[in-house]
Amino acid sequence: MSRLFPFHGGLKTVRHKTESNREAVRASALPPRLTVPLRQHIGAIAKPLVQAGDRVLKGQMIGQPDGYISAGVHAPTSGRVAAVEQRPVPHPSGLPDWCVVIDSDGEDRWIDRQPVDYRRLHPSELRNALRNAGVVGLGGAAFPSAVKLNLSGHCEHLQTLILNGAECEPWITCDDRIMRERAAEIVAGLDVMAHVLEPREVLIGIEDDKPEAIAAMTAACAETGYQVRPVPTRYPSGSVKQLVKLLTGKETPVDGLPVDVGVQCFNVATAYTIHRAVDFGEPVISRIVTVTGRVNQPQNIEALLGTPFAELVDQSGGYRDEIQRLIMGGPMMGFALHSDEVPVTKATNCILAAGAAELAPEQPAMPCIRCGACVDACPADLLPQQLYWHARAKEFDKAQDYHLFSCIECGCCSYVCPSRIPLVQYYRYAKNEIWAQEKEKQKAELARQRHQARQERLEREKQEREAKLRQKTPPRAEPVAEKPSIEAAVARAKPFPAPALDTIAETVNRSD
Amino acid sequence: MRFRTVTSPHILEATSVGRVMRRVLYAMVPGIAALCWFFGWGVPVNLAIATGVALVAETAMLAARGKPLALHLTDHSAVVTAWLLAVALPPLAPWWLTTIGVLSAIVVAKHLYGGLGYNPFNPAMVGYVVLLISFPREMSSWLIPHGFDQPQAMTLAETLQAIFQGALPARFAPDALTGATALDVLRTKLGLGLTVTEIRNSPVFGIVAGRGWEWAALGFLVGGLWLLYVRAADWRISAGMLGGLAVIATVFYLIDPQRYAPPWFHLWSGAAIFGAFFIATDPVTASATPRGRLLYGAGIGVLVYIIRGFGGYPDGVAFAVLLMNIAAPTIDLYTQPRVFGARRG
Repeated sequence: MSRLFPFHGGLKTVRHKTESNREAVRASALPPRLTVPLRQHIGAIAKPLVQAGDRVLKGQMIGQPDGYISAGVHAPTSGRVAAVEQRPVPHPSGLPDWCVVIDSDGEDRWIDRQPVDYRRLHPSELRNALRNAGVVGLGGAAFPSAVKLNLSGHCEHLQTLILNGAECEPWITCDDRIMRERAAEIVAGLDVMAHVLEPREVLIGIEDDKPEAIAAMTAACAETGYQVRPVPTRYPSGSVKQLVKLLTGKETPVDGLPVDVGVQCFNVATAYTIHRAVDFGEPVISRIVTVTGRVNQPQNIEALLGTPFAELVDQSGGYRDEIQRLIMGGPMMGFALHSDEVPVTKATNCILAAGAAELAPEQPAMPCIRCGACVDACPADLLPQQLYWHARAKEFDKAQDYHLFSCIECGCCSYVCPSRIPLVQYYRYAKNEIWAQEKEKQKAELARQRHQARQERLEREKQEREAKLRQKTPPRAEPVAEKPSIEAAVARAKPFPAPALDTIAETVNRSD
Repeated sequence: MRFRTVTSPHILEATSVGRVMRRVLYAMVPGIAALCWFFGWGVPVNLAIATGVALVAETAMLAARGKPLALHLTDHSAVVTAWLLAVALPPLAPWWLTTIGVLSAIVVAKHLYGGLGYNPFNPAMVGYVVLLISFPREMSSWLIPHGFDQPQAMTLAETLQAIFQGALPARFAPDALTGATALDVLRTKLGLGLTVTEIRNSPVFGIVAGRGWEWAALGFLVGGLWLLYVRAADWRISAGMLGGLAVIATVFYLIDPQRYAPPWFHLWSGAAIFGAFFIATDPVTASATPRGRLLYGAGIGVLVYIIRGFGGYPDGVAFAVLLMNIAAPTIDLYTQPRVFGARRG
């Protein structure tokens, strides 16, 4: 067995996997209405291509990727567009976002699907195809995969391609099930990635509490040279930087990405969708969602994107007992939702209906006793108690000195804190404050630049006017001496005009 | 349906400050049992007085500071402070001595310095040092351990009379009850020019260190190791302190074994073991970084030796801890761990 390189810290948490991982993935019933958000990924929101009243087919693009870091959005079923408007979406802010609302016609009729032969395509064409097919990371972050399939600017050759099947969060089992049931398809998607990235080795990291998934993936990888690497069940082994360290021993630089050290990492379900997109021409219109916790029948459902959470809860037998929090994602990093009337997105890996038994009792925070339990638990080797101290005191510079932005918000520190301090909450607060301050600074800087540009323009115009005036009046003496100064003034003025203002205007747009 | 939104993580380990403190109390039980065995009723009586005074003082200070009483009283931190101090006091210490010590610890060193989590100095050790400096006579009259030169133990009534009225029972000769500790004897006799080998023959010495005392040290070692095992104390501080003490004691012992006691004597004497597991490990006042904790512990170990060997007091754990408390923030500053992904070196 190959060597592993354990990361510092981490936790043994409760598992709660068996509630939902015993049964095969079930296909969701076709909901009458789907609300498909146009922003289901990190990056620019997709541009809507349809309007109310349009008829759409299953798999038809309804949102066009806008820019390099973006991804297409597609109609999950056939039907009629009821509206393109702002609707509640699953986001920690609780704010609504642009969605295409589709009333299903019940026919579920596909558009003409066009598989591609990825071996014949130029990598950039393949990346475009994947961007258009709406392929994003399905581990929860939803970062457009096409971007990660481009190494330029990061490294010459990829050393290691990692497929992340760790699934370290308690309760979630969607990756476990997809690996058990669709291992061959995952490997087919992996073939596409390996074709583009040409890695020297391909490793598949799976936590050792999933023996069936390990067996299925090992069988599917026979004769491919891809290696399945069981890793100890220790949260957060599924966090990208930690998994990369665990499997390769390489640490992702503080301000960098794994690809900077020659490693790229994708979620197993992402590989599956790449296979479907390339070999079947099917864009991403569904995903497997673990519905678990206090529902009568915890299970994994393959749900169309845009299906309301409430619908999936109903299909899982409805809520059991009193629900205190509805969590999207796992209990360590997932966020609590205001309402179950929000749609499934590409980032929805788990819907956890939590009652009192599943949740930590809410206790008042005590003062930090500097016991250091958080230091021992932190997988980023930070000093959480110092970060807390400075975040609380609003000493954001100091918090940054203690590497606030290396915090991955995994929650290990809060989990072990005997004083019950919501540490991660303080770090999020500090990060948001710092971002807000940066924005303010940028705005101020922009205003300053604008003001300066205006002053210079006025000055220039004044000089030009004077120059013209002088040309009109007949020269009295030594006209030669006068000339160079005019030229010099014009030359001085030259670097400033149009381009500078253009750049400013562009920056304004971007920051808005 | 509408739900409450609270930020992640949504699950937490079943732990609390109260649990950590309770574990410290449990871990002290074997050592305290040994002390009770060798020094009689005075030990539990001191513990009771200290606990009572501590709880009253804690309640009063919490109320004065407007803190929720139930929440903070159940963290048991005041009881831990009281026990740490009571264990360090002579078994027949008069009641007012214990009271002054506990009040100094809880009122001044803990609450006036900011309360739980904010106090820069170990409260129990502040209390101890106040007593040591102000009442040196009372603080140095230790009972002779039972079962050795003192065939009869004091009864509970006699003990209470001694503690509350200052009257020693008439059936004992004054010198039959109290005597010098092993560290005292070593210190005094080395000063008289005797060699370590000669001094070792004194009846106060047992197998490795002071008679009776060494069993209490064993009790605290057992409890302390359990404390490390359940991670209620950081092993780095204990290892650092015992390691630091062992290294410097070994160096001097190798230089001249007749003038300097062997390292095992130092490790096993006085408050070394107790201090390494129960006092130095107070996280509030210790260094907070992993490497810093090793250094912090080592600093205490070295200082203990220096004070014992060259200072004005037979034992130096309290002073060493307080001196390193001051150094803790600076140690933290220079021992920050390398963050994941930061350049090495």
